Amino acid sequence: MTNRNEGIQCEILDRMDIVWERPPALLDVKMHYCPGCGHSVVHKVLMEVIEELDIQDKTIGIAPVGCAVLAYDYLDIDMQEAAHGRATAVATGIKRVRPDRIVFTYQGDGDLAAIGTAETIHTVNRGEQIVIVFINNGIYGMTGGQMAPTTLPGMKTTTSPDGRDVESQGHPLKIADMIALLPGAYYVTRQSVTSAKGVRKLKKALLSAFQYQIERKPGTSFIEVVSNCPAGWKMTPIEANRWLKEEMLKYYPLGDLKTPDT
Amino acid sequence: MATKLLMKGNEALAEAAIRAGLKAYFGYPITPQSELLEYLVRELPKRGGAILQAESEIASINMVYGAAATGERVMTSTSSPGFSLMQEGISYIACAELPCLLVNVMRGGPGLGTIQPGQCDYFQAVKGGGHGDYRMIVLAPGSVQEMADFVYLGFDLADKYRIPVLILTDGALGQMMEMVEFPEYDIEAHLVDHSSWATTGKKKGSERHIITSLFLDPEILENVNLHLQKKYDTIREKEVRYEAVMTDDADFIVVAYGLSARVSHKAIEMGRQEGMKVGLLRPQTLFPFPSEQLNALADHVNGILVVEMSAGQMVEDVRLSVNGKVPVEFYGRMGGMIPAPEEILNEINRFYSQKLIEETF
Repeated sequence: MTNRNEGIQCEILDRMDIVWERPPALLDVKMHYCPGCGHSVVHKVLMEVIEELDIQDKTIGIAPVGCAVLAYDYLDIDMQEAAHGRATAVATGIKRVRPDRIVFTYQGDGDLAAIGTAETIHTVNRGEQIVIVFINNGIYGMTGGQMAPTTLPGMKTTTSPDGRDVESQGHPLKIADMIALLPGAYYVTRQSVTSAKGVRKLKKALLSAFQYQIERKPGTSFIEVVSNCPAGWKMTPIEANRWLKEEMLKYYPLGDLKTPDT
Repeated sequence: MATKLLMKGNEALAEAAIRAGLKAYFGYPITPQSELLEYLVRELPKRGGAILQAESEIASINMVYGAAATGERVMTSTSSPGFSLMQEGISYIACAELPCLLVNVMRGGPGLGTIQPGQCDYFQAVKGGGHGDYRMIVLAPGSVQEMADFVYLGFDLADKYRIPVLILTDGALGQMMEMVEFPEYDIEAHLVDHSSWATTGKKKGSERHIITSLFLDPEILENVNLHLQKKYDTIREKEVRYEAVMTDDADFIVVAYGLSARVSHKAIEMGRQEGMKVGLLRPQTLFPFPSEQLNALADHVNGILVVEMSAGQMVEDVRLSVNGKVPVEFYGRMGGMIPAPEEILNEINRFYSQKLIEETF
């Protein structure tokens, strides 16, 4: 890897200087995520939202198989690990016995849009009042960089070494667009975390989604985050963010796909 | 006051579940157990529980996982092919130690098989079924009454040991109608406080709760396994249940569970009328298995016949239990066929003729 920012030292002189701070609900532990990975940013924003809405004591998160299966090591809330693809079924089970709790899932693309497609679609179609956070980085990160349902045409992975051939390996699945067509979907949006502006927008989207659940709005909130995977993409973090903006966002354009008033 | 009703086995099981404080049911239609889902759809919402017809058995069992992890009494039910689909989820539930009630109303297999009754999922039920070293408590009712009774027992055991409990029954017991009495059951007195581990939201000032079956460090995972095995040993020691019919003076016994035990019961009555000293041992728990009891019986009998609606699955556990002390024969029907008492009596007769020949020469 190049462009690694080595040797940078930070010294906080005064609280006035603080421009970034870890929310207390995000535990002060070393994360296992690779350098430049979007997960840590999404975790931070998520916990800021949970703190700001004062729902830390009634939120239950679900982390299924994938890079973020260990999210419970970082998020200071009650959490359940789930089998690969089954997070929204697990969330449904919780919400049906404890409708007063705030429930969210945090899923990757392989989990949500391949092995768990049936659970994803039926959960939203039933309008389960949960928040689904969908991290789309177009690759299987945890297992070492295999092709995902969301891998772009021509994109090289360990299981599409010559680039994804759509004729034999299928097309990238725009599952958020499908989800937005379901009557049970209350709020569907696609955001990203490659810029400070993007992070602020993601936070706004998460705030809305959790607020809807608190207000028991009818339906599911679905937030796709187009994210990166520098290690799986074999790029530096900077290259990865550039490639994300130039290539991923062409196929997965940002913005709301369904809002309560549409 | 106790209530006495004429009901189908599946419905009696569903009614008992409501009376045992069922908070949520998740299931998918499959013959021959759909009455369970249909009964609960009608009854459960007005009696304080939630019900959901899931998109698959895979979803059902994972809904059970999520709901059970809040500490509430929850269940699912299915029949053989659906139970196969649930195995991954059950493995997670067993490792995460979530109490819940599962029901498999067995039908003939393999494959899509038939909707007629079978007992061919014994291995899957008592040996684990999914991946990894785990067990469930497996209860095998022999009547519509026990279809109800074992629901209360099942929930109590699930709560006591934080373990999935399976009621393993078959299509005939599920569909047959008999009188069933529902006892007085004080739910509150039976509920166990799960607040020390359940995920219901992190209490202010206390540690968060995590439900997981992921332990990447092999030393930690081995300890998790040792803990589970210790729990299974306690269950083996304390929770064996069986019915012994005319075994005291018996020189030959039949071992059978569920529906084949009912038919065997008739067969040994016929044998007794013909002067044969034949008895029946009916395991009510298949895990834990009444191994010690069988081993002790083997000191007093000359032979054992195992009857199953399978190619011979429980017979392996009977052989392990008696450890070669006496011959263990097997008689089975497959594919949804139910043995007639006369067929079993023929097998018993064969034993006695053989013994006569041995004694003569």
